[in-house]
Amino acid sequence: MRSPSPVARRHRPSRPGSSLPAGALLAALARVAALAVALAAASGVALAQRAVPADLPGHYDRMRGTTPIPEEATPPPLTNPDNSDVRRSRAYAMQPPVVPHKIEGYQLDRNANRCMFCHARTRTEQSQAPMISVTHFQDRDGNHLAELSPRRYFCLQCHVPQAAVTPLVENRFTDVETMLRRSGSPSVPRSAPRQAAPQSPGPR
Amino acid sequence: MIGLLRRYWQVIRRPAVHYSLGFLTVGGFIGGVLFWGGFNTILEATNTETFCIGCHEMHDNVYQELQGTIHFTNRSGVRATCPDCHVPHRWTSKIARKMQASKEVWGKVFGTVATPEKFEAMRLQLASNEWARLKANNSLECRNCHKFEYMDFTRQSPRATRAHSTSLSSGARTCIDCHVGIAHRLPDLSGVESLPEDRRGPDALPALIRTGNSDPDAEPGEAPPEEE
Repeated sequence: MRSPSPVARRHRPSRPGSSLPAGALLAALARVAALAVALAAASGVALAQRAVPADLPGHYDRMRGTTPIPEEATPPPLTNPDNSDVRRSRAYAMQPPVVPHKIEGYQLDRNANRCMFCHARTRTEQSQAPMISVTHFQDRDGNHLAELSPRRYFCLQCHVPQAAVTPLVENRFTDVETMLRRSGSPSVPRSAPRQAAPQSPGPR
Repeated sequence: MIGLLRRYWQVIRRPAVHYSLGFLTVGGFIGGVLFWGGFNTILEATNTETFCIGCHEMHDNVYQELQGTIHFTNRSGVRATCPDCHVPHRWTSKIARKMQASKEVWGKVFGTVATPEKFEAMRLQLASNEWARLKANNSLECRNCHKFEYMDFTRQSPRATRAHSTSLSSGARTCIDCHVGIAHRLPDLSGVESLPEDRRGPDALPALIRTGNSDPDAEPGEAPPEEE
């Protein structure tokens, strides 16, 4: 869409004096019309280019495949989320643990927080679910509250369920322990069992 | 007035003079069939999803929430409509519930829940009505379809198996104790404390909604259900 501007400059009529004869006016009008046609042609070319992205290199999208932008891609079929209730190891110490069970249809709004029906401090004996960590009771100033801090209310901002799907993008994440071992750091014992390959972060 | 009643009473207790016994018997039979058929047809007509969502109160609030839950659409195409859960199937209980529902006609006439705001304000009360009802009848409406005896624990998730084989089988818990808010949105649960005494007790409130840890009849390892 760069091309029209030089065209426009070339076609811009030089401003005549204040008294404009009828002939000059007509000529000016004709030039404006020509400019409009040129603009339309330029944008038409641009549109035509967008319609055939396969010709352009690098137009393959991981999620869309070769489907052009103006067309709707067929989404992959839905996958059942992991419902095994088996806890997964965290990829790094600060990682929010992922949800190893189905949460479909769980209500999480100002009325009720379904996650807290099990994971709240007072519910864990009955549910045997892991309690929300102590950080969840802190407000942003580090004060410990009696209940879940409002800023931690929406669990799904950090904790997500998992599904067994093929990752769209290759995962090159390396566990910190593996890196330390590679560097020969004495903090990691040589005999330490090899860390399992990091969990591929499937789509949420 | 008394004289009028006495005249009708005499007409009724005197044997018929002009009609034969056969006419009265057959006519009475046909009339009875017509009356009963008509009554039941109308009763059943008020027991359909179409009738329930005929009012905007039901259509705009609870019916919208039902959509998207497992009881509305699912892989096997079975739907639980409003009366499946909210009207008892046994005839006597159904008639009792229908008479109770005259209160809902009152609510309709006076617009008790005529706006979403009014509905939201009443939601806790409405929900606790249903919780108390299902607690009292041992979740009968759930069990009309979901029979405990027919459950295959090996086809359930570990959590479901645990909960169903302990508390549900022992009778310490009934369906609604854990399966709350599965077809409609839950009310603001911070208001539970303000419910009347008889609606707050363990006989009326589902275990999951009850606050605090003081739950002596709870068995450990009983988790709320996934929304299957």
